[in-house]
Amino acid sequence: MELVCPAGTPAALRSAVAAGAHTVYCGYADDTNARNFPGLNFSREEMEQAIAHAHAQGAKVLVAINTFPRAGDAAPWHAAIAHAAAAGADAVILADTGLLAHVAEHHPGLRRHLSVQAAAANPDAINFYAEAFGVKRVVLPRVLSVQEITAINREIDVETEVFVFGGLCVMAEGRCSLSSYATGLSPNMNGVCSPASHVSYDEEGGELAARLGGFTIHRSGRDEPAPYPTLCKGCFTSRERTGYVFEDPSSLDASQLIPQLSKAGVSALKIEGRQRSRAYVSQVVRAFRAATDALEAGRPIPPGTLSALTEGQSATTGAYAKTWR
Amino acid sequence: MQLTVGPTQFFWRGEAWRDFYARLADEAPVDRVVLGELVCSKRLPFYQTEIPQAVERLQAAGKQVVLTSLALITLKRERKLMADLADMGLEVEINDLTALAYLPKGTAFSVGPLINTYNEGTAAWMHKRGAARICLPPELPLASVRAITAASLAPVEVWGWGRLPLAISGRCYHARLHDRTKDNCQFICDADPDGREVETLDGQDFLAVNGVQTLSAACANAAYQVPALRDAGVSSLRLSPQSEGFAELCGDFRALLDGRITAGELSQRALPHAPGGTYCDGFLTGDTGAAWSQAGRESA
Repeated sequence: MELVCPAGTPAALRSAVAAGAHTVYCGYADDTNARNFPGLNFSREEMEQAIAHAHAQGAKVLVAINTFPRAGDAAPWHAAIAHAAAAGADAVILADTGLLAHVAEHHPGLRRHLSVQAAAANPDAINFYAEAFGVKRVVLPRVLSVQEITAINREIDVETEVFVFGGLCVMAEGRCSLSSYATGLSPNMNGVCSPASHVSYDEEGGELAARLGGFTIHRSGRDEPAPYPTLCKGCFTSRERTGYVFEDPSSLDASQLIPQLSKAGVSALKIEGRQRSRAYVSQVVRAFRAATDALEAGRPIPPGTLSALTEGQSATTGAYAKTWR
Repeated sequence: MQLTVGPTQFFWRGEAWRDFYARLADEAPVDRVVLGELVCSKRLPFYQTEIPQAVERLQAAGKQVVLTSLALITLKRERKLMADLADMGLEVEINDLTALAYLPKGTAFSVGPLINTYNEGTAAWMHKRGAARICLPPELPLASVRAITAASLAPVEVWGWGRLPLAISGRCYHARLHDRTKDNCQFICDADPDGREVETLDGQDFLAVNGVQTLSAACANAAYQVPALRDAGVSSLRLSPQSEGFAELCGDFRALLDGRITAGELSQRALPHAPGGTYCDGFLTGDTGAAWSQAGRESA
């Protein structure tokens, strides 16, 4: 089972490779990728060095160019793809239909993975992307159960990659404009969700109000932890109900499901978190590499050691176990 | 400029559904009506038998009728529905690329607002595949609308009215608000014919839930943007159904496009029935999607 690990910086990439990542994914420092955060991502030169370093260590590099090109201004996206191809990237991760068509036509030798941002959630959609654009691997949306993943793999010929750890999108990825409704910036167009530039914390009457674009997303008492105001994980009121309307603050940990995912025909396990520190990446990659090694050796998956790293200190197996829905 | 009525995003059972489309056929001066289930396949059996009659009545009234695909297709049953849709003999509007897999190459179709057509490259690919019309995602700013429309060989449509579809999920928020699972939802979303409002902890209107869909609380209203959209070459406006006053709203938009009333008059007349009771048009021109270009002005 291939372990696909995040790298927001060249240092994180080296840490991930040292910790046992089979594959690392990363992006350029601009709005061509869906983790376009300040201080993150790779310059052209850093990308070349990172790919050379990973290859020398026997690891692969996937380059995420998974936002939707700005209308009338596709040049930065086309340039990113040309550079990834020239630098020897093992694949590019794409979401936009026009961009997939561009790569299939102009860089036919460059391996194409379908980003989770394309939200291909059934065999028909996956087979469509495979036939139309020669996609070789699909990152599955986090809305599917293990059973559904098993059924999908029976009907497709391409590889599947699934998220096993980290942040958990509640909505179908790539099909959400909640963030731009509140802030003007979105994952699809700008590569950011609930951006820090639009967050404010205000102390009010002994409470801390966390706001995004002026909308109050959370209030916490003096001694409570104040979560980051990610829109879909906020606390809202709907008539008589006040609470987490969309999702309780938790993050994904499907480590115990690895054997089932393997049986379901999944080729690769993906760890979310290009915005995370080197230390975090090292720790998570090491734990998951131990898990995939255990799987290969037919040993049980080591019990979870990562609970302290999950958001809000609670973890969920997400949609993989169907009760979540 | 033409007017297209989008599929209702909400769950209206048989009679309400039938009456809505009957009035639309008889009274609404629109060119095209897209109908069918967009949001949740579990709703379809409650009005499915009404569809053929509605199609007939709308066509008899001179309107082009188009059938929508679902917005998120995961179940086998839903895939089968898409296959059936392709065999109905009407134009299909795709709102999940899955539907495309069932349309034979060369079949004309239209592209709905829930397909990610963010640029001219995607628009060109869609046109080559048979797209006869493309409704752009509501999130796009005017500059993008202009760039895509200038390059697109297929006519371009823009979201003109109605609560904005902001997100779709595998989970049902209506069921969650009633402590039910999605599989045992008991069709509770029918209690809110225009969606169920979600406020911030400060009591500010923000979002609305509609089963597995999340909408804006404010009603998008592109009336003030019509001159700019016309100038950009946009060929039609999409009006998204609401439970009250919709045929009148269609008439008001027709009057606006014909120059018989102003954007201010339309906005004033339509406000009492606008879901949420507030407007936004910020995706087109503002800093945020929730922004309203007329905020603080008298005519708003």
